[in-house]
Amino acid sequence: MLNALLGWVDKRFPLTATWKEHLSEYYAPKNFNFWYFFGSLALLVLVIQIVSGIFLTMHYKPDADQAFASVEYIMRDVPWGWAIRYIHSTGASMFFVVVYLHMFRGLIYGSYRKPRELLWIVGMLIYLCLMAEAFFGYLLPWGQMSYWGAQVIVNLFGAVPFIGPDLALWIRGDYVVSDATLNRFFAFHVIAVPLVLLGLVAAHLVALHEVGSNNPDGVEIKKKKNPATGVPLDGIPLHPYYTVKDIFGVVIFLMVFTVIVFFVPEMGGYFLEYNNFVPADSLATPAHIAPVWYFTPFYSILRAVPPMFGSQFPGVLAMGAAVVIMFLLPWIDRGTVKSIRYRGTIYKSALAIFVVVFLLLGYLGTVPTNVWGQFGSWLGGADRATVVARIGTIIYFLFFVLMPWYTRIDKTKPEPERVTP
Amino acid sequence: MHIYNDLQPKRYNLGSVLRYTARFFGEQILHGQVADQMEEHSNSEDQGDSASNSVDTKKRRILIGVTGAVGAVAGIGAVTPFVMSMFPSERARAAGAPLEVDVGNIEPGMMITEEWRGKPVWILHRTAEMIEAVRKSDDKVADPDSRLPMQPDYAQNELRSIKPDYLVLVGICTHLGCSPSQKLEAGEASGLGAEWLGGFFCPCHGSRFDLAGRVYKGALAPANLDVPPHTFLTDTRVLIGEDRKGA
Repeated sequence: MLNALLGWVDKRFPLTATWKEHLSEYYAPKNFNFWYFFGSLALLVLVIQIVSGIFLTMHYKPDADQAFASVEYIMRDVPWGWAIRYIHSTGASMFFVVVYLHMFRGLIYGSYRKPRELLWIVGMLIYLCLMAEAFFGYLLPWGQMSYWGAQVIVNLFGAVPFIGPDLALWIRGDYVVSDATLNRFFAFHVIAVPLVLLGLVAAHLVALHEVGSNNPDGVEIKKKKNPATGVPLDGIPLHPYYTVKDIFGVVIFLMVFTVIVFFVPEMGGYFLEYNNFVPADSLATPAHIAPVWYFTPFYSILRAVPPMFGSQFPGVLAMGAAVVIMFLLPWIDRGTVKSIRYRGTIYKSALAIFVVVFLLLGYLGTVPTNVWGQFGSWLGGADRATVVARIGTIIYFLFFVLMPWYTRIDKTKPEPERVTP
Repeated sequence: MHIYNDLQPKRYNLGSVLRYTARFFGEQILHGQVADQMEEHSNSEDQGDSASNSVDTKKRRILIGVTGAVGAVAGIGAVTPFVMSMFPSERARAAGAPLEVDVGNIEPGMMITEEWRGKPVWILHRTAEMIEAVRKSDDKVADPDSRLPMQPDYAQNELRSIKPDYLVLVGICTHLGCSPSQKLEAGEASGLGAEWLGGFFCPCHGSRFDLAGRVYKGALAPANLDVPPHTFLTDTRVLIGEDRKGA
């Protein structure tokens, strides 16, 4: 009976064929490790964000006079509203946690290398969308940090030569961040960006299943196939093998997630900033402005670049370049091997320095520039943290700019023929 | 359609159909090959058939070009209302109208903040010491003569004001739009060191300004604070947002 129904559907819609191509007969390398949890987890968080977001819009009011109060209303009066909001705010931060780990996986195993260049680019576009989504969403609670954060970011566009002021006016829809801005950011946050995001995620999966997954050894499993079946010798079907593995990851992840939601939803001011519990006030800037943690490495780079030619545009350009330069990875990496397992000391050192610098810039972006005091007069009394951020910014860019050179001279070990157990 | 056989997937499912569609249109748009191939095939294999089967590719290209061009113009037209709708509305523009302020009851050394176009506008009643402090900071600020056009012509002087006593500024940092804090008092009490002459300090990125809104050297802010257009209607009434003759 059910088989007959399935047959009826299959004649009209490729249900079984799709299931086979993408799950039961999609062969993934058998040597996936810890780092391969984060793709499926990102998908899970996307679903969490969409579902919790839908329920938040049922109570939230995108109006400058009511927004802050409506969020308080969700927190205090809506049954379980606090849980839904904390799920959404925790989800936002956890999205970046899993995406940064997912991107780091790509970095260490060379998952962006040929033939996965487009897969990487679509992934980077997803990352850009996520940043836009986070930025637009952060204005909605209409707290002080929402307001002044948006003010700072929109003014970044105001630094563009010639068209800048008009561009900033067009984005805000008013002379300052106001009700008009809040209303349109709501539209972007709940409709425009999520639609693009879903399309990109679909493209990311189609591209992945076209070229096949990379693995910790960085060797192509499609090179060695069983001549009889055409199945890669080192491949195992995604379902049930990796669906079960991923469900295990999901369980662990949700345990962490719920602990955060129930016990530390503000994460000491890193997931929800304290200043955001004060309603937006266009006449008073909070004493210390910092974006949420996932933007801080780039924010540090913005602050580190001094104004040139009476304009702060160079800083804005540097911040943009810090993100855009990652698109180039497939072409600037000239190493003979993909995986860090077979790379030499030079690449490993460069990557280690890069990680340290990225985390350091991230930390510095959360604190005021005078956090470490000032140097003596021999350095013109410059803020110590600013000087460190400038050095960090240079190292950040050198990691990419010098990559074609150091990956080529790096002494690599030979890749194995097949994946190692 | 037999010529597409090599493009067609063996099995049909969502992924393969998507890929097939992408390749089909990719061929057509990138190389214009599909039309050529069709013509070739119809010429070579269908020879002897009626001439109505052959395709006039030249005509087809012209039609595609013309419809494409007209469509692009229509597209720009269609996008216009959406782009324009994002500029400030008439209501927002009206809210940006000039604002009249009575400055007569600001005590010397005190400052008030008014809201104009949603931005804080500061009006500082400077004392003689404060004016002296501005003069003393000439060598500490980046643009002592206010060369950058951050003020109306009538305020392009050392004190950046129409009347020396009253300083009118937009209280928005020229770096990234935060509102600097008042650090009007000189010396240690300000928290900015004993050398401090009084002025403003931006909490976001540490830019410093003197009591005429001039930015200190080495700050991230690229320019002095904005002096908005303003007019003294009488000795104590200021109109902010409009510069009339005879001010």
